[in-house]
Amino acid sequence: MLSTLSKSARLNQTRFIRLSHSAAAAKDAKPKKVAAVDSPSFVMNLFRGKAVTDQVFPYPLNMTDEQKETLGMVMSPLEKMLVEVNDVVKNDETSDIPRAVLDQFAELGTFGVLVPPELEGSGFNNSQMARVAEIVGAYDLGFGVVMGAHQSIGYKGILLEGTDAQKQKYLPDLATGRKFAAFALTEPTTGSDASSVRTRAELSADGKHYVLNGGKIWISNGGFADVFTVFAQTPVKQADGSTKDKMSAFIVERAFGGVTSGPQEKKMGIKGSNTTEVHFDNLKIPVENLLGKEGEGFKVAMNILNNGRFGIPAACTGAMKHCIQKTVDHITTRVQFGKKLQEFGNIQEKLVEMISKLYATESIVYMLSSNMDRGIKEYQLEAAIGKVLASENAWLVCDDAIQVHGGMGFMRETGLERVLRDLRIFRIFEGANDVLRLFIALTGAQHAGKHLAEQASGVGGLIGLAVSRVTGGNTGSNFGQVVDASLQDSAKVLDQQIALFGQTVQGLLMKHKKGIIDRQYEMHRVADAAINIYSSAAVLSRATYAIKNKSSSADFERKVATYYVDKAMKSSNRFLKDAGSGVENASKVATIESLAKEVCGNGGLTLQHPVEL
Amino acid sequence: MKILVGVKRVVDYAVKIRVKPDRSGVVTEGVQHSMNPFDEIALEEAVKLKEKKLATEVVAFSLGGPKSAEVLRTALAKGADKAVHVQVTDAEAGKLESFHVAKALQKIVEQEKFDAVFLGKQAIDDDSSQTAPILAGLLEWPQALYASKVEDAGAGHMKVTREIDGGLDTIKVKVPFVLSADLRLNEPRYATLPNIMKAKKKPLKNIPIKDLNVDITPQTETLEVTEPPVRQAGGFVDDVSALVAKLKEKGFVKA
Ligand SMILES: Cc1cc2nc3c(=O)[nH]c(=O)nc-3n(C[C@H](O)[C@H](O)[C@H](O)COP(=O)(O)OP(=O)(O)OC[C@H]3O[C@@H](n4cnc5c(N)ncnc54)[C@H](O)[C@@H]3O)c2cc1C
Ligand SMILES: Cc1cc2nc3c(=O)[nH]c(=O)nc-3n(C[C@H](O)[C@H](O)[C@H](O)COP(=O)(O)OP(=O)(O)OC[C@H]3O[C@@H](n4cnc5c(N)ncnc54)[C@H](O)[C@@H]3O)c2cc1C
Repeated sequence: MLSTLSKSARLNQTRFIRLSHSAAAAKDAKPKKVAAVDSPSFVMNLFRGKAVTDQVFPYPLNMTDEQKETLGMVMSPLEKMLVEVNDVVKNDETSDIPRAVLDQFAELGTFGVLVPPELEGSGFNNSQMARVAEIVGAYDLGFGVVMGAHQSIGYKGILLEGTDAQKQKYLPDLATGRKFAAFALTEPTTGSDASSVRTRAELSADGKHYVLNGGKIWISNGGFADVFTVFAQTPVKQADGSTKDKMSAFIVERAFGGVTSGPQEKKMGIKGSNTTEVHFDNLKIPVENLLGKEGEGFKVAMNILNNGRFGIPAACTGAMKHCIQKTVDHITTRVQFGKKLQEFGNIQEKLVEMISKLYATESIVYMLSSNMDRGIKEYQLEAAIGKVLASENAWLVCDDAIQVHGGMGFMRETGLERVLRDLRIFRIFEGANDVLRLFIALTGAQHAGKHLAEQASGVGGLIGLAVSRVTGGNTGSNFGQVVDASLQDSAKVLDQQIALFGQTVQGLLMKHKKGIIDRQYEMHRVADAAINIYSSAAVLSRATYAIKNKSSSADFERKVATYYVDKAMKSSNRFLKDAGSGVENASKVATIESLAKEVCGNGGLTLQHPVEL
Repeated sequence: MKILVGVKRVVDYAVKIRVKPDRSGVVTEGVQHSMNPFDEIALEEAVKLKEKKLATEVVAFSLGGPKSAEVLRTALAKGADKAVHVQVTDAEAGKLESFHVAKALQKIVEQEKFDAVFLGKQAIDDDSSQTAPILAGLLEWPQALYASKVEDAGAGHMKVTREIDGGLDTIKVKVPFVLSADLRLNEPRYATLPNIMKAKKKPLKNIPIKDLNVDITPQTETLEVTEPPVRQAGGFVDDVSALVAKLKEKGFVKA
């Protein structure tokens, strides 16, 4: 996905049709007309100005009493261990988490959360896993990355795509933490453009193994992992007899020989997490360690990332709760100007901002995990939104927590500066947020584009489209029935924004056609509006759920939801207006392009200093 | 030696307790609960004795509402072999007194022939500290309260070290006996996920309170529950001599 995006930015407009997450589309070299299909995804439909709410209302969280109980039983030991066994300050100082500490957590079962009990795992579902990740994120994000790199991406491929034999062979050791896993995709020349890897795996003459050569960088757990999910180019026979390099995924053991790891990188944050280069030198991989089909490594990688994406929002949710707790402790005791900070309006507003950001993020996390738990397959855009929103909200919440702490916030002993450093990476890895924004906007736009094309060729044609644009579409929403009566004002504004969203996207598609792929200015704003709209829908759903279940915080949630949706819809409106204002944008984009070109062309700033020296 | 261990479901020690607006009790809905920490210690000691082959079977007992099954399963995950849930409604559970718990324990001990009952020295919610001594009285068994060390003394006896004010009291008790665990007796193990999963297969017996013929009519009435008084804000002093003067003035150090 990401690769198709970044490449297409270079290769230009021809790739519009290929801008699909599905391997089928990626496999096809020639753009061909794909029939428009209906999608059950809320965000996908948003691009058509439709409010399809089946995946959003009612709030899908549905844990059985037994699942809740089991979760409850591990929560306190997990928290206790994070306080008593793990030392987050020390991990940050020494850039290490001792193996003895990992071993104790392994005993607790935290390294095999999603693996079925038959394979020595804990057999949790995604919602239970999210709650676990949330707790870890509240105490030590670096530890969270060790956990995530191991099970959310490291061996997730084996869990998702592995054969029975592969699962039997690897998962018991990995789930119990007897062995650790890592996910090895990134290379010096391969970051967001994931399919451009240069590491190669060639089948040996006897066909018994692949010979792997190449180097990976910034691999989490890379220094000590025993099992790697490695992505490499393999020559694949085409139908016409020629061969073509395609990415394939492999399960590689350090024990195969030929693996070397670099030293621990010096990083800004998540220092306890081990990050190293990993090199493969004539390493022999038995053919049975191919993961998924040959040539389908890109699909495997995307499936893994997509599937594990809710882990980051969950960890960020925990981090936000930690920051909010610290803030409350501070502002209810610190006195300035003769009053406790909590009494000042601006401090109250900051706190409520933090709470509403947390509420939106948490609502998305458990909506996403619950939808995955009930077998919903199409959640890629929702997952991408969750990752972007969570990592940015956590950053903002932590920043504000530091601000209200004043000078104390800047001090190490307060611990917030470490959280801020740790949080920074979450906007970069597992899909850089900027790239994910493009992914959200372009995948949605492509979906809407297909429908538009079909509509335009049908009765009424473009004139019909133009009319529906002017008169304002009907979203077909059922908010009147599914949103609590006390939140109907918010639901109404949401409905209006969904309509405006559809119109804006339609307008952009009609104007730019396939060229929309290069309209990053507009696409970013469309993505931002989508983030605001989806999070508002999630918030309304969650608050309705709380009200219906007479939750002890129902009234509080109603207020938070109203507050959040009001702000989010104002932002959405601004983003959409901006994205839709064609002539203005043309000159703005031209200015941006010319300024950037000038500086890049000059190899540095061209700005003259006011003192001319 | 067959040991019965009492485990109570209480509001987790880390939760900030809030009093209900009508002052009838504390908020328990939507609040994290866990096994009473002293009961965890009692359980750990029983499981350790079993691991040392001094005990043959460890059975966890809880008297409480439907969710008490949770702490019983935690107990099973931490090494108990079986569990007994004596069931009451949540409303009844809120009004239970040490005497009722001791009565229920007595019935179970008599029915299933235990050799020892291990309890926490107190529950962190109501702080009564009465269940163990009342039970010892009802059973007419010796009691070893506030235990900080438990050893085999041979010939059907146990040697128990008790923490008392300013020292240690070492006693020898004849089995069967009632023990209450103090903080330093041991460090309880964690319930691990794999063990939690395995515990689901261990037997948990449900006994409605009426089947035990124990009368749980409350003997006390709670008039009011209130928040502790809010701590007054402190003040700053300019230097150490001002501090000493202040402390003297308040009578905290001798003049
Ligand atoms: C601490 C740490 C741990 C990591 N762990 C792992 C791991 O375990 N396994 C692994 O495989 N990798 C790992 N990575 C690598 C990580 O996934 C990459 O850093 C990430 O994918 C971004 O790639 P890049 O750094 O090459 O940035 P680039 O792809 O070079 O991107 C740089 C910037 O350009 C922007 N950009 C890129 N393309 C476009 C475009 N088309 N349009 C507009 N903007 C664009 C990006 O958003 C970004 O802001 C880790 C990295 C770090 C720092
Ligand atoms: C690295 C460092 C170097 C420093 N160097 C010096 C130095 O050389 N000399 C020196 O004298 N000091 C120095 N300081 C102290 C610094 O000036 C103070 O930290 C700063 O003035 C803020 O005060 P405070 O930390 O007490 O925060 P507070 O005053 O407690 O403020 C905390 C938060 O409350 C907000 N707030 C406060 N009052 C109100 C109000 N009425 N309404 C709404 N919001 C309010 C603030 O905006 C802030 O967000 C330094 C601090 C640091 C961290």
